[in-house]
Amino acid sequence: MKKTSSFEFIRILVAIGISLILGFLLTLLLSKDPIHAYKYFLYGPLSKTRRIIEFINNSVPLIFTGLAVSIVFKAEQFNIGAEGQLFIGAVAGTAVAILFPHIQILHIILVFIAAMIAGMLWAAVPGILKSKLNASELVSSLMMNYVAFYLGLYFVNYYLRDKNAGFLVSYKFPKTAWLPYLYRRYHFHYGIIVALVFVVLVWYLLYRTKIGYEIRMIGYNLKFSEAGGINVPNTIFSAQVISGAVAGIAGAIEVTGLYHRFLWQNLPGYGFDGIIVALLARNNPIGVPFAALFLGYLRTGARIMERQSDMSAEMVTVLQAFVILLVTAQAFLSTWKQRMIEKASRKEEEENE
Amino acid sequence: METPILEMRDIVKIYPNGVMANKGVNFKVMPGEIHALLGENGAGKTTLMNILFGLQAPTSGEIFYKGKKVKIASPHDAIRLGIGMVHQHFMLVPSLTVAENIVLGMEPKRGVFFSKEDAYRITKEIGEKYGLEVPPKERVQDLPVGIRQRIEILKTLLRGAELLVLDEPTAVLTPQETEELFDALKKLVSQGKTIIFITHKLREVKEIGDRITVLRNGKNAGEALVKDVTEEDMSRMMVGRDVELIIHKTPSKPGEVILHVENIEYTPPGHNKLLKGISFSVREGEILGIAGVEGNGQRELIEILTGLREGDSGSVKVRGKELFGATPREIRLASVAHIPEDRMARGVAALASIEENLVVDRYFLPPFSKGKFSIDVKKIHENGEKLVKEFGIKAKSSVVPVEMLSGGNIQKVVVAREFTSNAKLIIANQPTRGIDVGATEFIRNRLVDERDRGAAVLLVSADLMEVMQLSDRLIVMYEGEIVGYFDSLDGLTEQELGKYMLGIKKDAPEKIKEAVVS
Repeated sequence: MKKTSSFEFIRILVAIGISLILGFLLTLLLSKDPIHAYKYFLYGPLSKTRRIIEFINNSVPLIFTGLAVSIVFKAEQFNIGAEGQLFIGAVAGTAVAILFPHIQILHIILVFIAAMIAGMLWAAVPGILKSKLNASELVSSLMMNYVAFYLGLYFVNYYLRDKNAGFLVSYKFPKTAWLPYLYRRYHFHYGIIVALVFVVLVWYLLYRTKIGYEIRMIGYNLKFSEAGGINVPNTIFSAQVISGAVAGIAGAIEVTGLYHRFLWQNLPGYGFDGIIVALLARNNPIGVPFAALFLGYLRTGARIMERQSDMSAEMVTVLQAFVILLVTAQAFLSTWKQRMIEKASRKEEEENE
Repeated sequence: METPILEMRDIVKIYPNGVMANKGVNFKVMPGEIHALLGENGAGKTTLMNILFGLQAPTSGEIFYKGKKVKIASPHDAIRLGIGMVHQHFMLVPSLTVAENIVLGMEPKRGVFFSKEDAYRITKEIGEKYGLEVPPKERVQDLPVGIRQRIEILKTLLRGAELLVLDEPTAVLTPQETEELFDALKKLVSQGKTIIFITHKLREVKEIGDRITVLRNGKNAGEALVKDVTEEDMSRMMVGRDVELIIHKTPSKPGEVILHVENIEYTPPGHNKLLKGISFSVREGEILGIAGVEGNGQRELIEILTGLREGDSGSVKVRGKELFGATPREIRLASVAHIPEDRMARGVAALASIEENLVVDRYFLPPFSKGKFSIDVKKIHENGEKLVKEFGIKAKSSVVPVEMLSGGNIQKVVVAREFTSNAKLIIANQPTRGIDVGATEFIRNRLVDERDRGAAVLLVSADLMEVMQLSDRLIVMYEGEIVGYFDSLDGLTEQELGKYMLGIKKDAPEKIKEAVVS
């Protein structure tokens, strides 16, 4: 058991290593000054305080969506609706931030609660459809993304829009609805702390609570859970809704921490990135911040590289694709794993003789 | 000496989960013989044959076919060599006709169009050639199992099979169909075919086998000519010692009725009625056995009793409480334990740890719950370690995932859970199927212990030895009905019971009503 999980870890590291090498080869081909470009990509995020903060702030929503997706993946269910849950969470948070009286502390808390509830409601739809009608949560959660997007934009446009701004953004939030700063410069907000608290909460939820036990058991073996007395439809529903709450909060963090207004014109893509994070973290909440920081690092590095060299930031999508391909490819390094297992079995067999 | 048509040398197969299913097996088949491959469930027979047919790659080992070393990477390779396989579960398209199924993948064409007439003709011809006649124009879904099996055999013959592998072909057949199959097999052999016959029914081996190879626990356990050995010899080879297990059992002292089942009816969607009014009762301190060939409604009955399937109508009362249509949790909370038929599907979560598997029915109750929402992992761990020791589960600790255990130890995890819930009713479905003798003996004795503690036990088993050894009273199911009832097993022979199981003999309705006691 120990061996196979450390194997997974090594496998992911090897996959990342190979991808980085491939990325370098790509840079060699495309850049006039590849060493310079790749250096910015690899070291850029750590080269200045501002960039370190940028990279950490970039990772925060990824931690949340990574956690959200992990919860559902643990139950062997699908959730590609984190995107919409996050978006609608941001919209609901924006509404409370703008419309609610400006009371210290209480205001920001209410913003978060609103975002959480919005995310939960959004996740409840695929949850109910799946648990009551056995409708594929894959399809319905994807559909809900578009509903969230258009409905959210409509709502912002008609009720919350700042008409003095030149484009579609909401009014600026009052200070009482700002997420406090850890460090006033460069918008270093409390998001990362809240995210790490949620890592612990989600870990506790999955490994120390009844509902967590139920989620994990139906993920391991649904029929077994059913025979053991676990209410499978309820558990599926709960996993989706809890996941939606976590994703919804991510939306609130983005608007209250970084922008202090709602300004998304597109789905930001964090929900889909959450799937990558969950995949890299093997659905383990403790692994999620590492995977999210890694992805955030790559993203930030790519952006810096784009600013500083002739390479385009899109290269990171190629790298990402390599990593995902290698991590999800069951056969990658599987001969090595199989050989390890064979050796162990033969040894055990000899001991039994 | 004649060259064997097939020789498999030193075959080792280790599955990705670490299970070593074949541990250096040697297997030799001579041309023109019916060779029985014998062994208990889990002995490695199916793995060996899957390797032969290219469905599994061996970890190491060599295969020789007609004296030449071959590499079989896929069923295509196997078919090209002339090896055909008839699986336990038929691989036919039910909505197509017999002829269409037989020519599937090698359809006769006129121009670019599929020629039905040619397909009918081919089917008729090949059927006549081998004495396996089938109705070419009928749809497979309308035909009985025996005919479907013939279609499978014809399919392999049409593809040029010279060596036929039949995986437990009689498990699904009636006695008459079995006879017909055997006649057909003999005819095939007389026409120069060679047959490998996987089974664990010794009587059948005696009837048509020429030679046997016995596997036990993934290794060779013996080879012999059928005429040189008795059924007892064969069973000894299969299990490794005399089959008589030592079960300590005193006469039962039944008390009040715990389980009362009345008139259960069940119709699977789109099928005929499967359960036709099942009624019986079980009292505390006794074991009621349900015997019968698999597939006669036992599985569905148990699933209805345990809340895993919805029946049409009827009543299930446990200590007077109506539980027909209740959820599995409600039923378990009414003091019912359930050892499911298929341990990997319903008995355990293979990837979860032993200790987590041991609390699936009680993690929400004290002492394992902590407050309204939390669980106490320390208590769960202590419980795990305690039960691993108490039930002799071979594992380094209770945090090991269940998938790392052997079949017998996995079943011990299941019974360790179900026997420690202090249930008033224990429903055990095939509790010792496919596990080693030691674990079998242990589990059977524990079942008797549970009975003596005052539990009512409902035991379903396809293993005649098991039901006869353990049951205090016995009912026999055949085609969704109770066809026999015995209020005592004294003097009951296997042969007599067999007649009921095959539907040859049936008790009068008045006698069957006695299965309900009060």
